[in-house]
Amino acid sequence: MMNARQIKRVRVATFAAISLLIAIFIVSVATGFASLTPSELFRTIIGQGTPRENLILFEFRLPRIFVAILAGMGLAVSGAILQSITKNPLSDPGILGINAGSGLMVVVYIMFFTVESSSFLYVLPLFALAGGLATAAVIYVMSYKKGEGVEPTRLVLVGVGLAAALYGATLTLSTRLDMEDYSFMANWMAGRIWGDDWIFVLSLLPWILLLVPYTMFKSNVLNTLNLHENVSVGVGVNVGRERILLIMVAVALASASVAVSGGIAFVGLMSPHIARSLVGPRHQAFLPVAALIGAILLLAADTIGRVILDPSGIPAGIIVTIIGAPYFMYLLAKK
Amino acid sequence: MFKTKIKLIKDNKVYSRPAVGSAILLMGFALLLLSIGLAISVGAAKINFLTVWNSILNYDPTREADRIIVSLRLPRELGAAIVGAGFAVSGAIMQGMTRNPLADPGLLGLNAGASLALACVFAFNTGANYLTVMVISFIGAGIGAAMVFGLGSMSRGGLTPIRITLAGAAVSALLSSLGEGIALYFKLSQDLAFWTAGGVSGTNWEQLKIIVPVVIVGIAVAVMFSRQLTILSFGEEVAKGLGQRTLLTKCILMTVVLILAGAAVSLVGAIAFVGLMVPHIVRFLVGTDYRWIIPCSAIFGSVLMVLADTFARTVNAPYETPVGAVVAMIGVPFFLYLARKGGRKLS
Repeated sequence: MMNARQIKRVRVATFAAISLLIAIFIVSVATGFASLTPSELFRTIIGQGTPRENLILFEFRLPRIFVAILAGMGLAVSGAILQSITKNPLSDPGILGINAGSGLMVVVYIMFFTVESSSFLYVLPLFALAGGLATAAVIYVMSYKKGEGVEPTRLVLVGVGLAAALYGATLTLSTRLDMEDYSFMANWMAGRIWGDDWIFVLSLLPWILLLVPYTMFKSNVLNTLNLHENVSVGVGVNVGRERILLIMVAVALASASVAVSGGIAFVGLMSPHIARSLVGPRHQAFLPVAALIGAILLLAADTIGRVILDPSGIPAGIIVTIIGAPYFMYLLAKK
Repeated sequence: MFKTKIKLIKDNKVYSRPAVGSAILLMGFALLLLSIGLAISVGAAKINFLTVWNSILNYDPTREADRIIVSLRLPRELGAAIVGAGFAVSGAIMQGMTRNPLADPGLLGLNAGASLALACVFAFNTGANYLTVMVISFIGAGIGAAMVFGLGSMSRGGLTPIRITLAGAAVSALLSSLGEGIALYFKLSQDLAFWTAGGVSGTNWEQLKIIVPVVIVGIAVAVMFSRQLTILSFGEEVAKGLGQRTLLTKCILMTVVLILAGAAVSLVGAIAFVGLMVPHIVRFLVGTDYRWIIPCSAIFGSVLMVLADTFARTVNAPYETPVGAVVAMIGVPFFLYLARKGGRKLS
């Protein structure tokens, strides 16, 4: 159980994170092409905006902001699960190659269906999910050794190697796309948040609404899995089953997120670390904070990228990597 | 002193198979000529071996076959061969130097650094000649390597293979993201993409005139220092105990690595895994003596690249499959095997 001091820390951190998220939201609406000042924003939110203001907020900005927030949450929670299960602080769906698997399926998809077709929107996350799950299965099987289980170092090495292969395959296929599809693919791989319509919010929302609370519900299982294997068995957790179930949740969250937001690494790595350093390692405390930090990171990265190069923007994935890779290096040096 | 030397060498067991090594060099060379011949004769315009032979010996610009062979296919295959040798030798040196079985210019940030540098060249100075491009690739490769090794050595516990590999992954992600950002900003993503995926299709004689001597000199220096490299591969303490000036040796070898990898990347783009696989195969065949490993790696790397390029060109004709992807698809199972075999030992 958490004592009063810890509970207070969690409350303070959550409050601070939500305030920061709101601040970035205001900045995001107020900057770049067709922006709203904070007072215009307030007027529009309470329902008294001009048609132009309504259009900018509800059709241009809000969907994209929601996608960034949801995808950031999904990636952060996915990273947290993977880090706890593999007991490896350097795990992340991007580094482990799951994004690469989803990416390959995305390119396969756009080779057969064009970007514009309407079914595209709902089916694409499922394709990405299939790719992500298959990749995760291969990584798991490849790094599993009888008697030793899944050794974290091997898991990361296998993931890095497999990501390189899948990336090669994706690149091979993508050179055969026509100009328009190719440019979509290049931007997807670079992590541009392309889903900027309400439909994408709707297609991502169920995954997040279902799986993030589920993960939080499983906090205690994650707490025990993070300990030594014998301890988990001792307290009566069915280790094998819970682990596989949670890995599937992590993969589903990552795949659904990257399907709509593009291949984004490092959000899943950084957010849990920052959250843990703020509120400690108990999953009940740090999972919600990690989800908020993921949302903050991705929304901030998307806003920065959008402002740097108006109106097409630098993909959020590139901005996140430029911030995230040095952070990863810092972790590596410190560990 | 002398006794300790003997003991050090005995403890570390150099085993060397000169007979196998010479056989490989000879057969490898024959195989290389054969595969180049094969590579030239297959493709959109079918040309038989005899014509190839003829057109190289007495080139007649009025015959179409001769023009195809001499101005398109021959430089391409020579480019593939020289690049394969460059990657393989730089991988062999890195593996020996770092005692890291997973070392490879692609995994350690050199390729990504060179790619970033190239993106900058394309973006800021489109009229650059090939020599400039190559020099800038060296610099980029150097920056990438410096970052990986600096990061690896900053951490407590030193440069374990897993640490270096992870550092390489992070540095590669950072540098290629920067490169991608530049490419998107200046709208040269598509030009760069095919190039990054690796292709020798555009190689011409002008480029070969610059790159061939550079790579040959690099390999020659590597061969000259291969004895020192063998000793270094036992570990730094051993090498120091045997009286080697390890810092100097390392600097020279690292320079060779940068030149070879930089030159190769400047011609074909970032191709991972040639530098990883070839030295392992060669070590398996000829033993742990780098005096044999280096020349044999050069030959093997050439053959592998020529065959991979031929495969890439013909498997899906008329589309060109990027050769880098072909190599990655062969290389990854190999990498997985290594990671599986050594996963625990490496940490």
